[in-house]
Amino acid sequence: MNIDQSKPLLETRGLTKRFGAFVANHAIDLVVYAGEVHAILGENGAGKSTLMKSLYGFHQPSAGEIWLKGQPVTIPSPETGRQLGIGMVFQNFTLIPAMTALENIALFLPDMRGRLNYAAIEKRVQALSERYGLPLDLRRRVGALAIGERQRLEILKVLLSDARILIFDEPTSVLAPQEVEGFFQVIQRLKADGYAILFITHKLPEVMAIADRITVLRHGAVAGLLLRAEATPAGIIRLMLGKTPPQPTERKVHAPEIDQPNHSARTARAELRGVTVLPQGGGVQLTAINLQLFGGEIVGVAGVSGNGQREIGDALLGLLPLAQGERWIAGQEASFWSPARIRTSGVACIPEDVLQMGAIRGMTVAENMILGEQARYGMVGGAVMNWPRVQIAAERALSQVFAAKSPRLDALVETLSGGNLQRVVVAREVGRQPKVLLAYYPARGLDVANAEAMRQLLLRCQSEGAGILFFSEDMEELFALSDRLLVLYHGRIVGNLSRSEFDVHRVGHLMTGGQSS
Amino acid sequence: MTTEQRVLLPNNVEDIFTVVFVPVIRTIAMLLFALIAFGLVLLLFGKNPLQAYSDIFRNTLGSRYAFSEVLVKLIPLLLCALAVLLPARLGLVNVGGEGQIYLGAWLATWGALSFGDLPRPLALTAVLVLGFVGGGLWAAIPAFLRARGWLNEVISTLLLNYVAIQFINYFIFGAWRDPESANFPQTVKFADSYRLPQFSDTRVHLGLLLGLLAALLIFLVLRYTRWGYAMRAIGGNPEAALRHGFPITRYLILSMVIAGGLAGLAGVGEVMAIQGRLRPAFSPGYGYVGFLISWLAGHSPMGAVGMAFLLAIIALGGDTLQITQNVPFSTVNILMALILFVVLGDFFRSKKV
Repeated sequence: MNIDQSKPLLETRGLTKRFGAFVANHAIDLVVYAGEVHAILGENGAGKSTLMKSLYGFHQPSAGEIWLKGQPVTIPSPETGRQLGIGMVFQNFTLIPAMTALENIALFLPDMRGRLNYAAIEKRVQALSERYGLPLDLRRRVGALAIGERQRLEILKVLLSDARILIFDEPTSVLAPQEVEGFFQVIQRLKADGYAILFITHKLPEVMAIADRITVLRHGAVAGLLLRAEATPAGIIRLMLGKTPPQPTERKVHAPEIDQPNHSARTARAELRGVTVLPQGGGVQLTAINLQLFGGEIVGVAGVSGNGQREIGDALLGLLPLAQGERWIAGQEASFWSPARIRTSGVACIPEDVLQMGAIRGMTVAENMILGEQARYGMVGGAVMNWPRVQIAAERALSQVFAAKSPRLDALVETLSGGNLQRVVVAREVGRQPKVLLAYYPARGLDVANAEAMRQLLLRCQSEGAGILFFSEDMEELFALSDRLLVLYHGRIVGNLSRSEFDVHRVGHLMTGGQSS
Repeated sequence: MTTEQRVLLPNNVEDIFTVVFVPVIRTIAMLLFALIAFGLVLLLFGKNPLQAYSDIFRNTLGSRYAFSEVLVKLIPLLLCALAVLLPARLGLVNVGGEGQIYLGAWLATWGALSFGDLPRPLALTAVLVLGFVGGGLWAAIPAFLRARGWLNEVISTLLLNYVAIQFINYFIFGAWRDPESANFPQTVKFADSYRLPQFSDTRVHLGLLLGLLAALLIFLVLRYTRWGYAMRAIGGNPEAALRHGFPITRYLILSMVIAGGLAGLAGVGEVMAIQGRLRPAFSPGYGYVGFLISWLAGHSPMGAVGMAFLLAIIALGGDTLQITQNVPFSTVNILMALILFVVLGDFFRSKKV
């Protein structure tokens, strides 16, 4: 390691970033030297991306300072960040598919002129490409390039803009396993030439393979700084997930205990049998998913987000075609049922993004409360909506969830706060007394008291007999509520644990790609 | 109105003032701007704008006959506006009103030419149904392509307009050509039983009632029925609608077919009531003006009636200017373009109409 410990290239001092009342980054001290690979590790929502966005000028810190080569700097925009030598390597989003690789690079040059000298640019790119082992056909259209090639193009783009600090955000998530090796060699060469590399990830094996130093973030703050030599996977997981093992005794309402071995004798409320779903538009492929959900149980789903959580729900809701396998609802094969039929047979869903997936902008709260159930509020032969009845039903459902003050029924949903909107959607879905409830991060965006109320609500649903598939990234919440726990990794179920097997390290190990021991 | 403004306002204040007065005042201001700018254009031509506007007034609202002519113009404009409005509520952009007019007229003409002299009620029903079906089927093509996710409807509806015009020309210049009118490519005159009923001594015809009825019906359906609720849900957030089991494909296709049918009725009106025979290029762009009207009205059915009335006055005003001020008819396109300009400017400012 040729780290020049005497002079940090980049440094943050007490960097804090708030969004309203939410603190995304709290007093982060980070020191990055030239010629090191510095991994930033943390669960989703730990504040990694926010921190990086502050560094390259996308966000403005609420407090604290950024120091560059021993000087305090402000980075008001990504352009300034680039001028200061801080480059962000994006995965997909900044390339223009209709243009060639060379044209894409030329567009990004800091010294772009009115008339482009492509030959000169090509020469410069080729020199870099050979030096760092980034082979690329510059004349091809980006649309025709594979993902790995696009990533090389992104790296070349950033290198050509004279960046000295390179930020990689989950760079290996888009690469096939055999490509990762080549990518690491590129990183090694860049490091040898004195580039400082910030490497954001939540994959432990990669961190152990490539990083010199590791900063672990948890809940927006630095949980620890480790040298690779002294780091162990177990130690890192402990930092990522918190030191105190969660208390599985927090359940205040106990469901009737379900005897696991007897499951086979009962009919599952919802079931996926050997389901494979092909990836759709940036989604994840589900492979050989076997999942059974019985009445009166809460099945927790653990996993880093983007590992198939959304796809499992969509497969159950009939929104994705099954490439293989079968879907069963209440003892009937439902592989070809429409989403409407699945919903009306008692499947409800609290989606991960309530405004985008669960509410109609431009409609009132009352109108949103009957979404998908409009057929039940007809009069005059079902054609004309009975709005007064909608009003009464909406009011009743809302009062179940809003202990104190519920939002006005005639308020447009887009005017509600995030928490209130969340509760409106929860009230709607729970109010339908579902047989199966898919609950995505139901306590997200709620304050502590309301989050606890939300958990109690789930337990109430369970005690009333609903089968609940509970998606969460909060390990404590998962352990507290779940009867069983499924662990998702890369679209596969890699763990199916009963309550006695709940263990934070084991789950953390499984969800970051470790093998089941 | 921007979302920020909406958030700041308590819900009860929003009612009368912001919903009624602000849009009305803004609309008037936009139209005034367009009129003044157009006045400058007339000045450039060496014409007197005030004289021009007073001529327009005299020939549109100044007499009973003039007013009836405004209504005659209003009929196709209103129907075409509704043909844009209904799909727009689902998030679809139907630029194909023009082609749908022609195909409606084409199928109605086919009926009138092939069925011969039918009893009047039967003849009228036949051409109205055929006109609706013709426009509807023409619109079904882009609707289907869009529902399958194969082709964006903006492109397909627009391009099919040109196909439609050539398609009916093929018949007018060919099999259907009236041998007795050697110099004018056109069909023979339809039997009298196909003529749409007209009001007293004016050219205002049954289409006016159909248009107003359609506007009222669309208004009621959107506001009070289950289907209207579904349409608003799909238009408001297709993803959430899909996730809650709304049959989006069915609604997309159905709304486009009905829209095409309404434009087709506009074609029937022009051919069966005004012209009495099928001629090439009988529509001076009603489909496109209808598009303008629907956007001007914020896709509100009742607003479309008002806007169609206004645009009918402007279109008729163009005819007037041509005669009294001796400027080319296309001059009035400048006025329409100016209006479109201010409306679109407003649209892009607020991102929500």
